[in-house]
Amino acid sequence: MDQSEFAVELINVWKRFDTFEAVKGVSLSIRQGEFFSMLGPSGCGKTTTLRMIAGFEYPSEGMLKLQGAEIGSVPAHRRNVNMVFQNYALFPHLNIFDNVAFGLEVKRTPRPEIQQRVRDALDMVRLPGMEKRKPAQLSGGQQQRVALARALVNRPAVLLLDEPLGALDQKLRKDMQLELKRLQREVGITFIYVTHDQEEALTMSDRIAVMHQGKALQVDDPRTIYQRPRTRFVADFIGTTNFIEGRLASNDGEAAMVEVDGVGALSALPNAEATTGQQVTMAIRPEQMSLKEAPGSHHNRVEGVLEEIVFIGNDTHYFVALRSGARIIIREQNRDAAPDDTPRAVGDRVAVTWPASSASVLLE
Amino acid sequence: MNKLRFPAFPLYYAALVLMLYLPIGVLFLFSINDGIAFSFPMKGVTDHWYRDMLKNAELMSALGNSALVAVTSSVAATALGAAAAIALTRFDFKGKAIFLAAALMPLLVPFLILGVALLILFAALDIDRSLVTVAIAHTVVSLPYTLLILMARLVGFDPKLEEAAQDLGATYPYTLRRIILPLIAPAMLAAWLVAFTVSFDEFVLASFLNKGEPTLPVYIFGQLRFANRFPQVVALAVLVMVLSITLFLISNWLQRIGSQAALEQRLGDGK
Repeated sequence: MDQSEFAVELINVWKRFDTFEAVKGVSLSIRQGEFFSMLGPSGCGKTTTLRMIAGFEYPSEGMLKLQGAEIGSVPAHRRNVNMVFQNYALFPHLNIFDNVAFGLEVKRTPRPEIQQRVRDALDMVRLPGMEKRKPAQLSGGQQQRVALARALVNRPAVLLLDEPLGALDQKLRKDMQLELKRLQREVGITFIYVTHDQEEALTMSDRIAVMHQGKALQVDDPRTIYQRPRTRFVADFIGTTNFIEGRLASNDGEAAMVEVDGVGALSALPNAEATTGQQVTMAIRPEQMSLKEAPGSHHNRVEGVLEEIVFIGNDTHYFVALRSGARIIIREQNRDAAPDDTPRAVGDRVAVTWPASSASVLLE
Repeated sequence: MNKLRFPAFPLYYAALVLMLYLPIGVLFLFSINDGIAFSFPMKGVTDHWYRDMLKNAELMSALGNSALVAVTSSVAATALGAAAAIALTRFDFKGKAIFLAAALMPLLVPFLILGVALLILFAALDIDRSLVTVAIAHTVVSLPYTLLILMARLVGFDPKLEEAAQDLGATYPYTLRRIILPLIAPAMLAAWLVAFTVSFDEFVLASFLNKGEPTLPVYIFGQLRFANRFPQVVALAVLVMVLSITLFLISNWLQRIGSQAALEQRLGDGK
């Protein structure tokens, strides 16, 4: 194993097809042993980026490194990476054993070793005793596990996963998310995971790159991506976010003040890239907002009219219209009602509060 | 599907079957008729036309020529068709549409025209007419069939399988051998059978491009003048027919298991 800190590095990578640019100057440094996700809507360039790492596409421009070595023009069959395909791409004419053994046979591994490693791989994905079956005789979830075993049996430097859970039903998907996380911890291989499902990315990843229109907008750990989105797209794509637009009145090291028409000055976390007087957007998560009065000066307090109350079992969602015209959503967990809780009704005048530290100032 | 409501349907169906199979039935009857006149009532049952046919050296050599030409041209057409089908369905190259149109052209050009054209070409190139030139012509006219059958199969399975093989370290030749060829094997056999049949009963090109070594259709045509030998030809025709129908059924069955495998694969993916 070599000494590079990074398993995969992309340095200003571009991919142009005949009529459009799929990837526009993406730079990523993916650490050894990391569970790294590329998250974005379809057409954002995440799959093309993954296919470039696999070797099915070559970058039009930029540098691509695998464990420190430039691999931009190395063909797929000579790269020490393996891929789990969206629809598994199991070989229909080969049985499960031969599917999993394929990569080892290509490398002319001795027969006893192949048998041992295939058995171990099938045990690892909890699918023992299926060697003689054909892929068509297995369920979707089982095929998924075979695809994982077929890739992992080769002990690649990096495992690439292209929306591998997309074809599974909701329940199985949740199980497989945890299973994948367990597998990754066990084998210690770098996983690069492509998905359009934000919850999936948040659940499994050590770090996430949010991609949009061929660019990586933000690369951070899940908590930072969720709580400190840097662009409006990231805030909007991951979970639900309230946006309040206004003008940046002050922005020192400690806090920012945003002047909102019809509402007044609101405080938020400072943004070093913003300049005073600029039009900005404040982003606040619905669960950070409350209809309860909050003590202390580090809270914002805004009045509005309650327009809708939606009960969702564990949560209640309140929709409030502010005087600025913004419509915001507040999410409160349903616990046993405290004695001082006032029952609320649609049409009530309410005060919405949130801590300044939960509001981000976004430029785009 | 809607239920068919057409009172005359059984009648229509009976007429169709009669038109298709009555001539074949008549052929069979006269191949065992004890007499050389093709008229009812029949004279009695015999097998001596079949026995004469087997002893007829000229006829047997024509059968041999046909078999030789059909085997050679169908193998060549299947190999060329497979290569072209893989290129057309899996790779991008300049002039792809023109290449496909050119390969399918023999379906549209009348054999008579093609025959004359090839005759002139071979003469210009100073190549003697022989079974070789017939085999070349038959390869050309079988190619569209093999190409279309194999393209249909290749379109039916996921190109990601080839990527998966390469991802696992396989070179292209290895992928071809372990993945692509096994998956298209039933379709290749079906294509080969169709090409064999096309060549086996082809008359126009075989008579234009040949000299002194007639294939079976050419020989049969020549025998029409000799009334006393004609029942032998009828017996032969029955045998060829049985062979053709058998090959057709096998080829049909092979194409079905090919597409069934593709279907199963898709259903498997969809789960």
